[in-house]
Amino acid sequence: MLFSLIERLGDVTLYTISDMGRMGRYLLLSLFGALKRPFRFNETVRQIRLIGANSFVVIFFTAAFTGMVLGLQGYYTLRKFGAEGVLGSAVALSLIRELGPVLTALMVTGRAGSAMCAEIGIMRNSEQIDALECMAIDPFRYLITPKVLATLIAVPLLTLIFNVVGIYGGYVAGVKLLGSNPGAYFVSMQHSVINKDINLGIIKSFVFALLIVWICTGRGYFVHQIRNAGFGAEGVSRVTTQAVVMSSIAILVWDYLLTAMLL
Amino acid sequence: MSDAIIQFEKVVKTFGAQTVLAGVDLAIPAGKTTVIAGGSGQGKSVTLKLILGLLRPDSGAILKEGQDITRMGRKELNRVRTDFGVLFQGAALLDSLTVFDNVALPLVERTKLGREEIRQKVVTTLGQLGLEGSEEKFPAQLSGGMKKRVGLARALQLQPKIMLFDEPTTGLDPEKSMEIYQLFHRTQRQYGYTSIIVSHDIPKIFNLADQVVILNHGRVVTFASPEDIPRSEDPEIKTFVKKTMGDVYLSKEMEHMP
Repeated sequence: MLFSLIERLGDVTLYTISDMGRMGRYLLLSLFGALKRPFRFNETVRQIRLIGANSFVVIFFTAAFTGMVLGLQGYYTLRKFGAEGVLGSAVALSLIRELGPVLTALMVTGRAGSAMCAEIGIMRNSEQIDALECMAIDPFRYLITPKVLATLIAVPLLTLIFNVVGIYGGYVAGVKLLGSNPGAYFVSMQHSVINKDINLGIIKSFVFALLIVWICTGRGYFVHQIRNAGFGAEGVSRVTTQAVVMSSIAILVWDYLLTAMLL
Repeated sequence: MSDAIIQFEKVVKTFGAQTVLAGVDLAIPAGKTTVIAGGSGQGKSVTLKLILGLLRPDSGAILKEGQDITRMGRKELNRVRTDFGVLFQGAALLDSLTVFDNVALPLVERTKLGREEIRQKVVTTLGQLGLEGSEEKFPAQLSGGMKKRVGLARALQLQPKIMLFDEPTTGLDPEKSMEIYQLFHRTQRQYGYTSIIVSHDIPKIFNLADQVVILNHGRVVTFASPEDIPRSEDPEIKTFVKKTMGDVYLSKEMEHMP
């Protein structure tokens, strides 16, 4: 009983360490893939379309309604203190510093992260990745790096779109529907939002982008080595779920850490 | 053996508590066809992956033309791999690319040939393998036999010295299997590669074989020709022959009896 407990503990520890090592090495190789020639420019652009442009509608609606809710909630809360005038700055700061990067990253994880994980997982299971290696084609340069670069480019851009759409969403709810002062909405924003806020948001979105693409493609790449994942289609589906959950949690944890570090 | 293109020396490979290869010595002669047979789970696919350097053995050496591939770095291994062509069990075509792009892939990625040269080469190979007209199809639109032929076409693009076939006829009906075997025979004569076939399509596959290697419980027995198998005195081989080949070979064995 005691022995089997110790044995299991050792087993889990060894597995965790080797998994961490595997994922760490994976991250380095997928970044170094960008230095290898020939660079897959067209594929990178295609991935930017898949991850970025195709997420636009989702991001637009999420941002619009998030902004509108902020406008509503902000208006009622601020009115209690007679401070409706700072509604614009409240909406803008919440979006730029916090909600923009986090919600964009979560939506991209759900839309593009899961797709990337399943795609790579299926390629692993049907020996397509082995086939690339056998043809001496580096699977990182060929497959993973374009996705990494595309995510790093697309997510910060989507975050900026999210912020702008969200701010106008807040304007619609707070000013157009509830009658807050339109001039005050934008003037208070100009007074309170500084460069540091915008930088924080952009740094966050870069970090989140890396987390998404690392965890989602990495889980798919190692689908055959992940414990208890099962095989074949079931393996891919479990690993995809796991990847989405893991990257969502990682995004929220890193959101806290980055805010604490850079505040 | 000096003419061996691939040589295993005391290769051990284990997965957890399971020993797949227990100190295997094996020589694959150049220019010939070696069939690796054995029941399922006896390490046939593992042997292929070891030859390709996709797996590393726990101990022992695997020599390709005298160079130990188990001690090679990524770069060297990539250079060595260009001598190999592989036909995977499910053909392993990239399913987001068309047939043409799949076959062109090794040329696009590994050579400096121009677009027109690549197009001509691909079209020629597709023609040789009876695949004209399917250039723009996607792998999901092909039958099992066609996928294998596209896989073969892709593997042949870089003129490999060694072709590895992983269960080439699994999932094909007997007629299609025959077609694939004839195709192997023809392309081998044309390209002159050493061929290593992993299969449990016994005894049909032996028609292609110059040498047969039987994997059994982590050990190998090598036969210089398929005809030698039924004459083996090894009790394990005898049961294997009885189980997998049944009457076909037993009757031949009778013929040799005095």
